[in-house]
Amino acid sequence: MGVAVSGYSTGYDRGVVLRGLKLLGRSIRDEPATFAIGALGSVLFAVMTVASAYVIGAVVGDVAVPAIEAGRVPAGALALGGAAILGVSVLKIVGILGRRLGAGAMQYRLQARYRRAVTQRYLDLPMSWHQRHPTGALLSNANNDVESAFMPIAPFPFAVGTVTMLVTAIVALLVTDWVLALVGVAVFPTVFVINVVYSRRSAPLQAAAQRLRGEVAAVAHESFDGALVVKTAGREAAETARFAVVSDQLRDASIAAGRVRGLFDPLMDALPNVGTLAVLVVGSVRLAAGDLTVPQLVSAAFLFSVLAFPVRAIGWVLGDLPRAVAGADRVDGVLAAEGGMAHGAAELPGTGAVELTFDRVRFGYGDGADVLTDVSFTVPAGRTVALVGATGSGKSTLTQLAARLVDPTDGTVRLAGRDVRELSAAALASTVALVPQVPFVFDDTVHGNVALERTGVGADDAAAALRLAQADRFVAALPDGADTAVGERGASLSGGQRQRVTLARGLAGRPRLLILDDATSAVDPRVEQAILAGLRTTGTDTTVLVVAYRRATIALADEVVYLADGRVAARGTHRELLATVPGYAELVTAYEAADADADDEVEVAG
Amino acid sequence: MSTDVRVEPAPRRTAPAAPDGTLVTLRRGLALSPELRAGLSGTLALALASTLGKVAVPIAVQQGLDHGIRATGGPNLGYVATVGALTVVLLVLAVGSAYLMNYRLYRSTETALSGLRIRTFGHVHALSVLHQQDERRGALVSRVTSDIDQISRFLQFSGVSLVVNAGQVVVATVVMVVYSWPLTVAVLAVFVPLALVMPRLQRWQQTAYRAVRERVGVLYAAVAESVVGAPVIRAYGVSGRTAGRLSDAIERYRSAQYGAQRSSVVMSALSEGASGLTNTLVVVGGVVLGAGLAHELGAGFSVGELTAFVFLAGLFVQPIQMFTETLTEAQNAVAGWRRVLDILDAEPEVVDPGEQASPLPAGPLAVRFADVGYAYPGGGAEALSDVAVTIAPGTAVAVVGETGSGKTTFAKLLTRLMDPTRGRVLLSGTPLSRVGFAELRRRVVMVPQDGFLFDSTVGRNAAFVRPDLSDAELTAAFAELGLADWLAGLPAGLDTPVGERGEHLSVGERQLVALVRAYVADPDLLILDEATSAVDPATEVRLQRALDAVTRGRTTVTIAHRLSTAEAADEVLVFDGGRIVQRGPHEQLVAVTDSVYERLHASWLEQTR
Repeated sequence: MGVAVSGYSTGYDRGVVLRGLKLLGRSIRDEPATFAIGALGSVLFAVMTVASAYVIGAVVGDVAVPAIEAGRVPAGALALGGAAILGVSVLKIVGILGRRLGAGAMQYRLQARYRRAVTQRYLDLPMSWHQRHPTGALLSNANNDVESAFMPIAPFPFAVGTVTMLVTAIVALLVTDWVLALVGVAVFPTVFVINVVYSRRSAPLQAAAQRLRGEVAAVAHESFDGALVVKTAGREAAETARFAVVSDQLRDASIAAGRVRGLFDPLMDALPNVGTLAVLVVGSVRLAAGDLTVPQLVSAAFLFSVLAFPVRAIGWVLGDLPRAVAGADRVDGVLAAEGGMAHGAAELPGTGAVELTFDRVRFGYGDGADVLTDVSFTVPAGRTVALVGATGSGKSTLTQLAARLVDPTDGTVRLAGRDVRELSAAALASTVALVPQVPFVFDDTVHGNVALERTGVGADDAAAALRLAQADRFVAALPDGADTAVGERGASLSGGQRQRVTLARGLAGRPRLLILDDATSAVDPRVEQAILAGLRTTGTDTTVLVVAYRRATIALADEVVYLADGRVAARGTHRELLATVPGYAELVTAYEAADADADDEVEVAG
Repeated sequence: MSTDVRVEPAPRRTAPAAPDGTLVTLRRGLALSPELRAGLSGTLALALASTLGKVAVPIAVQQGLDHGIRATGGPNLGYVATVGALTVVLLVLAVGSAYLMNYRLYRSTETALSGLRIRTFGHVHALSVLHQQDERRGALVSRVTSDIDQISRFLQFSGVSLVVNAGQVVVATVVMVVYSWPLTVAVLAVFVPLALVMPRLQRWQQTAYRAVRERVGVLYAAVAESVVGAPVIRAYGVSGRTAGRLSDAIERYRSAQYGAQRSSVVMSALSEGASGLTNTLVVVGGVVLGAGLAHELGAGFSVGELTAFVFLAGLFVQPIQMFTETLTEAQNAVAGWRRVLDILDAEPEVVDPGEQASPLPAGPLAVRFADVGYAYPGGGAEALSDVAVTIAPGTAVAVVGETGSGKTTFAKLLTRLMDPTRGRVLLSGTPLSRVGFAELRRRVVMVPQDGFLFDSTVGRNAAFVRPDLSDAELTAAFAELGLADWLAGLPAGLDTPVGERGEHLSVGERQLVALVRAYVADPDLLILDEATSAVDPATEVRLQRALDAVTRGRTTVTIAHRLSTAEAADEVLVFDGGRIVQRGPHEQLVAVTDSVYERLHASWLEQTR
């Protein structure tokens, strides 16, 4: 949120207005039809607004005055006058419909268009790009930034129509009487200037309030998240005092912002009234001199009362421009982001387990030190290799390289002897399955999560995979079995259940290389044993690379690769390493008994 | 984290189950904030003054036209100028009053709402842990943010504009009646039916905006899924599927937005129509009255009055246009108040004995559970039954059992996060419910599993319970727990920022800080919920060392997930199905074949072999 709001403070320098106008120009090019409807409606509304003042003025002056003076009702002229007022009003309604529906359609279509473009870009850009950008910023780009980039579009056609209206009004006043026109020339620009001054004054105040609103939420969030610690430490009062500080800051900021607005609103209400009074006074002088008629005077007086509101639309557009430009810049930043992971066209013929080779692989994130240095080893087809190493030794990076989520800085990763960069995206996805450490569950049914609408993954495959992942029992107990929706991020499932569903997802595609990145950590050890035993006994023809902590898991592997500081420090069977590599023995025994099931926050008996 | 069942217990409320009606909620909501009433009459007087300014202009136009410009015997320019000047003065006064009114209003509402926010926040912390579960936290945050914002929007804009606009309509009506009652009736005849269809329109609008809110939620979730799930989407080559879902969510949001726009456009069109119709009626009716029927009705109608009338009718349109918005915001505010009241109405289940507090004896504490049972609210079986156990001062007890066996419930009763539904818990002979909160929290400290850290520094987190501790004292505490080298290895020592929820530190390091936090509190009864996550060997060694130092000389109850902890304890309590099924030292328990403990032990061994 903070990112989107910061645009406020950009202020009103010429560059922003210029870039804002360019943004509006681009919006018109993207959405010419809806803009045309909105602008035409707005112009019609504008002309009819000026016309309504003149028609009422004319009917009062030319029909009402003689009629009242003569004491006689001129039925025909009166009917005509009434029809004219009503007719203008109907045309005004048509204008309103065109203006607001056009503007709405334009704004929402632009938002949808850019939202699609941004999210499509997210899907196209490589993982290395994602890793460089914080999740919060990416969400904000697609949500808030797109929203604010097209915020000024809502009043934009109105503003265009208002410019027309002002020109029409000044011309109409000039035609009526040049002295009255001077009053208009004085009042309308004043309205506009006050708008601009208000926007400049209030924007930073509103931004400050907005920022504090975020802070109030952040403190509340943190404090409620840590409620157990707060309570057990008896620090409730201290926390409330901490909250009171930001809450009162927000109060003060809101009052400051409200104060400016509190002056602006009545001023904007009063100005047209001052115009009307000026017309009355100046007009009476002109009338006495015989330069003006009563209908003209009444029309001019009305003109001021109907024009004040539309003039504010220009202020709205200008007020939103700095934020819009800031939002659009960030959106364009995503759209212009370079990179994409080029895939080759090669397929991997045949079926069954494939060999995985790391050949002098080096990898580093951005400018940081290398995470992996000169890593070479092979997982022979059909074998199971366990990756063991301390936190930060580069295990997860290796699994990502194997699934080609990232590419090595140097060296090659090969599947069945082919450089993974030569393989087509489809070949890669159907060959390798990576089950990550933190299970990711889509807002879909269990079945949908397992199958992911992949070709070649049918209902039977999904069911078999759920069985193999030891998930069939709890899935059967769900209200709609495998067709049960699991909620956002699988909220209705426990951690262990989520892991088993993602594991089934990995198994369902019958991968020729299965990579488990500590993918069973939340699963009960006995269940984990059953899963791994199942993998070996059901004749699944798969090569397995498994990142493991538990001794029992490691012991199931044919070979262990021990990583330390981004290098392969040793390899061999678990027994060999335990006996010959002190660092390995120390690491594995430290984990001893470190695992067990945990109690949840609130537990339920039975 | 392998609890397979999640149950959200219903909050215990003293308020009646049926929700309060709108008016009751409104009244109670306003009563929550007495600050709102302070200076209210002055604010309303200012509101009236600002309204009179608006009506002054049409009257000035009428006076200027009838008695100035069209005065019998030629235009009276002096009169027009006087009227104009006088009205400008009135306008300036009106602007001044409106400004003062707005300022007073912002001041009193913001003050009142900040007070309400702080009170609600404090009350959330006073409620029991049952109210503060994960699933409810987002909602609790909304109570002190968006719900209160909704109330403030209503009070500052709609609530007052409702009063001001109502005043404007009334004053305009009075002036119109003075000019001509038949025309006034005609104007009202146009607006009354409009006012009658408003609630229906407003309901339509509300439905439309609800759809917008729902779909924006779906859209944000879809976008988040595509960003957070990026590695999975790539690994399984399912970008096309994700793009399709995103596109659907984007389109559905767009169409909802457009639908809402349509509903509000109808509103504008209707009020424009009403205003056009009124103008027509006033002009035509005015001419008929002024020229034809004046004598029959006993009232003349001048050109100035006719013109003023058109202006006055214009004062009707704006309030009517605002009306739907006001209704919507009023409903939102009532809903906000209702949710805030729900929180404030919930009585804290666990209360400080206050005056009736009995002091605890000094030194390590003894614990006694006397036939304790506990059932979570909302019915259902007891999570803990017939627990009768005594723990001698200074002993180390390990609590073991499968998920759902009742060991966490046991710990929560021991720390008085909840009160038992049956039986009593005593500390050195004093019933827990009679121990004052201040003393309880000082003497009994719990280290939760996740060792929650606040977004501040290592030092401030360690000193959370004792903010008065100096850096030197904190450094000494780290050293006493054998953590001097770890602290020295941090980039800025005690001043190292830990990040949001301590994310700059590893899970094990967060536990270290949590242990220091407990250590400086110097409790006489320590309850530890052992972490289950794997940590790297160096941290593991440090954790063990720190644990030994923290527990030395205190009564310690550890919810054990590690074999070594149970083995080292003086006594092990084995929980199964909410009951203590075995107790005694490790060697004794493990010898009982086919017992719960033996099974747990076998499973541990199997994992670690």
